[in-house]
This record gives sequence, C-alpha cells and structure tokens, in this order.
Amino acid sequence: MSFEGLPKGSGDKKRSFLESIYLWEVVRGLGVTAGHLVKNILNTDDMPTMQYPEEKRVYGDRFRGRHRLMQRDDGSAKCVACQMCSTYCPADCIEIVGAEHPDPKIEKYPLTFEIDLLRCVYCGLCEEACPCDAIRLDTGIYEIAADSREKFVVDKEFLLNNDTDGTL
Amino acid sequence: MTIVFDTLAKIGFFFALIMGLVVVLIWMERKGAAFIQDRTGPNRASIGGVRLAGLVHPVADVFKLLFKEDVAPANRHQALYNLAPWLVMTIALSTYAVIPFGDFLTVAGRRVPLVVADLNVGLLYILAVASLATYGVVMAGWAANNKFTFLGGIRATSQMISYEISMGLALMGLVLVFSSLQITDIVAGQGDLVWGFLPKWGVVVQPLGFILFIVAVFAETNRNPFDLPEGESEIVAGFHLEYSSMKFALFFMAEYAHMVIGAALIATFYFGGYQIPWLPRPLIEAHAGLILTLKLIGVAVAALLIAMLFFRRVQKEKGKFGDARDREPVLGAGLWVLVSLGALAGLALKPWAIGPAGAEVVASLLQIMAFVAKVVFFAWLFIWVRWTLPRFRYDQLMRLGWKVWLPLGLANLVVTAVVMAIV
Repeated sequence: MSFEGLPKGSGDKKRSFLESIYLWEVVRGLGVTAGHLVKNILNTDDMPTMQYPEEKRVYGDRFRGRHRLMQRDDGSAKCVACQMCSTYCPADCIEIVGAEHPDPKIEKYPLTFEIDLLRCVYCGLCEEACPCDAIRLDTGIYEIAADSREKFVVDKEFLLNNDTDGTL
Repeated sequence: MTIVFDTLAKIGFFFALIMGLVVVLIWMERKGAAFIQDRTGPNRASIGGVRLAGLVHPVADVFKLLFKEDVAPANRHQALYNLAPWLVMTIALSTYAVIPFGDFLTVAGRRVPLVVADLNVGLLYILAVASLATYGVVMAGWAANNKFTFLGGIRATSQMISYEISMGLALMGLVLVFSSLQITDIVAGQGDLVWGFLPKWGVVVQPLGFILFIVAVFAETNRNPFDLPEGESEIVAGFHLEYSSMKFALFFMAEYAHMVIGAALIATFYFGGYQIPWLPRPLIEAHAGLILTLKLIGVAVAALLIAMLFFRRVQKEKGKFGDARDREPVLGAGLWVLVSLGALAGLALKPWAIGPAGAEVVASLLQIMAFVAKVVFFAWLFIWVRWTLPRFRYDQLMRLGWKVWLPLGLANLVVTAVVMAIV
C-alpha cells in the first residue's frame, strides 16, 4: 500500500515485495500473538496482572497518600495556622481558620482545618511549605471513597485521628 | 409429517450450535484478547465460587442486559427502530439453511440428509441473504435519527456492497471447479483427492480464491481489520449507538452469529465442510470400530493431559485465595479425570465390534464433529486476527476492495476458466 499525496516521512522505509503484499506480514503477526497466547495459557500465574482487591501494590515510603495532621504531646494540632500550606497549594484545597492560642508561647492554632480531598492533587507542596512539620502525606492511604461530594471535605478531627481505611 | 419433524430437528441443531457458539465465542474473544495482550481477562463472575475461567461472564451479561432499562431516542422511527435488531438476527440465522453439516444420517430406516434445505442454487441463496444483512444495519442507523449511527450505517452499506462483489467472484471460481451451485455437491466434490495425495479442498484448488474470499468475509462480517461501521474515535459505536438493553444484545449476538456463518462458509467452501481429509465416508464405515476405539483412547489421553495441567495448579496454588476459589483447580482436575475415565469406560462396550448400523451413525457423528471443529477454528481465526491487526483506514478499505480485490477476483475467475477448459 502506498501513501501517495502524503509527505514522505522518516518512517517510510522501502518495503520489500513480501512486506508490500501484506499477507505474509499478517501471518507473521498471527504467529507473534499466538506465541503470547500459548505462553500465557501454560503459565497463567506468571502474568503481570495484579488481582487488585486481594493483592495490592506495595509503594515506597515516599509515596504521597492521604494527609494527616501531626499532634503535639497533648494531642492538639501542631499547626500554627500560618496559612503557608493553603497559600502554596496549587489546587487551592486547604481552608484554615486561625484563632489565638491560650498558651502565650504559641501564637495561633487552627480553629478549623479542612481539606477537599477531591480537589487535592497530592503534590506534597503543603508538607514542603509547612514550617513546623504539622501536615504530612505519609499515611499511604490511596483508596479514598465516599458516597457524596460533601464527605470528601475532611475536617481537623478527621485529619488528626486518621483512623479510617479508605472509606470516609 | 416426518419431513417437517426432520427439518425442525435440523433447525434445532443449528440454533443450538449457533447460540452455544455465541456464548463460547464471547468468552474466547475476551479471554483470547486478554492472553494475547498478557492480561488475565474477566475472572470475577462466579457460581458458588467457581469461575469456570470466565465462562460465567456471558451468563452475567445476559442477566444484566435483560434487566437494563431500554433507553430509546425520542425522535426515532418507531417501526424501523424496533425491526432492525430482529432483522439483523433473523438474517444472520437464515444463512445456515443451506449449509450441510454432515452427509446423511439413517433414522428409523429413513435417509435424512444433514442439511436444512438442499437448494440447487444454494450458493446464490447465501450471496443473496448475506446482502440482506446490510438492510438491518442501515435501518438501525437511519431509524435512530442520530448522525453517528447514520454514518455507521452508511459505512456498513458501502463496505458490504464493495466486498460482496469480490466475494461473489471468488465463489464463481469455486463453482467452475466443482461445476455446481448446490452446496452439497461442492462439499461432496471436496472429498476427492488431487494427484492422489492432496484433499481436493477449495483452498487447494483455489488458493487465490480462498484469500479473496476470507478477506471479503471479514469485511462482510464487519470484523477487524474492517470494522469501519464501528469506530470509537470517529462515530462512537456506529450503527447500534442508540440501542440499549436486549436490543443491543441482539446486535451483539448477531455479530457473533455472523462470525459463525463466516466460519461455516469458509469451512464449507474452502476446507471441505464436513469431509475428513483422507477419510472418505465408505472408509469410515468400513473401519468404524477401529476409529471409534482410537478416538476413545485419544479423548482419554487428551483429557488426562488437561487434568494434569489442573493438577499442576492444585499443587502450585494451595490455599492461595483462602476462599471458594481454591476449589476451582481441584474441581477442574476432577472433571477432566472423570471425562478420561468415561472415555475408558466406553471401551468396555467393545466399540471395535460395532455393527453396520452403528458404523453409519459413527460416520455421521464424526463428520458433524469435523464440521463443528472447523467452524470453531475459523471463528477463533476471526478473534485471533482482530487482536493481531490494526484496522484499515476507510479509503484504504475502499481502495483494497475496488482496485485490488476486484481485479484479482476477475483474474482468478479467468485463469480458473482457462484451466478448467484445458483440463
């Protein structure tokens, strides 16, 4: 088959007669696919397919999963409501309302800390930006499911405790 | 009255064969595609934890489609919209009327030819009915009142018309060789030998005709690499885009029924139909006992080999899943061992001492098996080619049909005519 009218590209190498009548190439192609078929029928267990809900891929330690807020010794959030993370966030998914902290050594604390998990792009810029290591993406949870959009907006309590698996 | 009964029985045989093959072909398509692409394929649907390697999925599909809402476009042409899927399916099934699936079978002293209708213009009937299939497709495309379905219908029509010509020309060469339009004659003629050692199959006497025909059949059935009526990136699903629920299922089943027809036509015209190479019917009847014995032993050995594959799995994946699925290899091994033992038990009935009446039945059954085996192989070829070749562009398809296949078909016809005149 020729491609008259089309500009000659670098991929147009000269075809031999056998290649140009296409039929022999069809037979060769059938041979390739048959090889895969027979190989896979005889060794079904060696296929790269992962039986997902039963087997799960193991990710590295640096995998960025669902967020969590770090706690102080007394269990309150380490966050000082400086707004660095929500400023850096490219997806604009972090919503913090700050308030004055009773302890004079700590300037502020987050009254509310909400993350919209549907908008989050899991880039990790919030943990990079955080000056006091208050937010991390190291839970390793990546199966996040809920039955309404509202449930994907998770609050401070949720992020502090972080005790669910995937379902919100 | 008896002839009505015979005909109904034969129609029943074909209907069961096609419907059974449709289910098996859907399974083969999914599983074959998966294995060719190094995937495992569908393996979730199960009955009591036994998944039958994905064979339960077609059953699940049927239930899903039966209970789905039948969404139809508001501005459809009601009558044509409802008629189209039935027309496609009916026409797909009616082609089988003239295809012989065996020589004859003697039932209660009557010689029953194993073909539903032995027309003396059977070949013309096939070509005519195959062209009718276009109507269902173009009707579906038109009635849904959607530009994508309409384009799909138009593509299907132009493609079918283009390749019908080369299909007819390829078959004319065969008609010249066997000098008959009657399909039973053509199949009977393919039982002979050429030069004393090659079976006189269509593919041997008409090699070029075979290539022309098989490509034309691929185009007629709208299968890859010629599946232009469907094109996800161009016209969404093509002509059946606006159909849902069981109406869609009919189109889906008709595609596979068409594949079975295509396979049956290739087998009938070019691979000897029900003929077993080097084993003409008188020879089978003379040695029926020996053949039956060998066959039983063969089945026993083959089943045992398959059972051994399952045993290997039993050993390798002991308690791998920790649920009902662990039973599968055990059940599989047990089933195939049972088949093997059943075949061996058949030997106890002294099959080598079979009488002449039994010999005839054995011969007929062997021929039917040969036919079904050929049909299954060529149906698999359709699937195999689909997952091997990229599809043609529309202009390439048309150019191949009109500028290459048509002249080649004419040349094949002329050369065949000259050779037949000389010989």
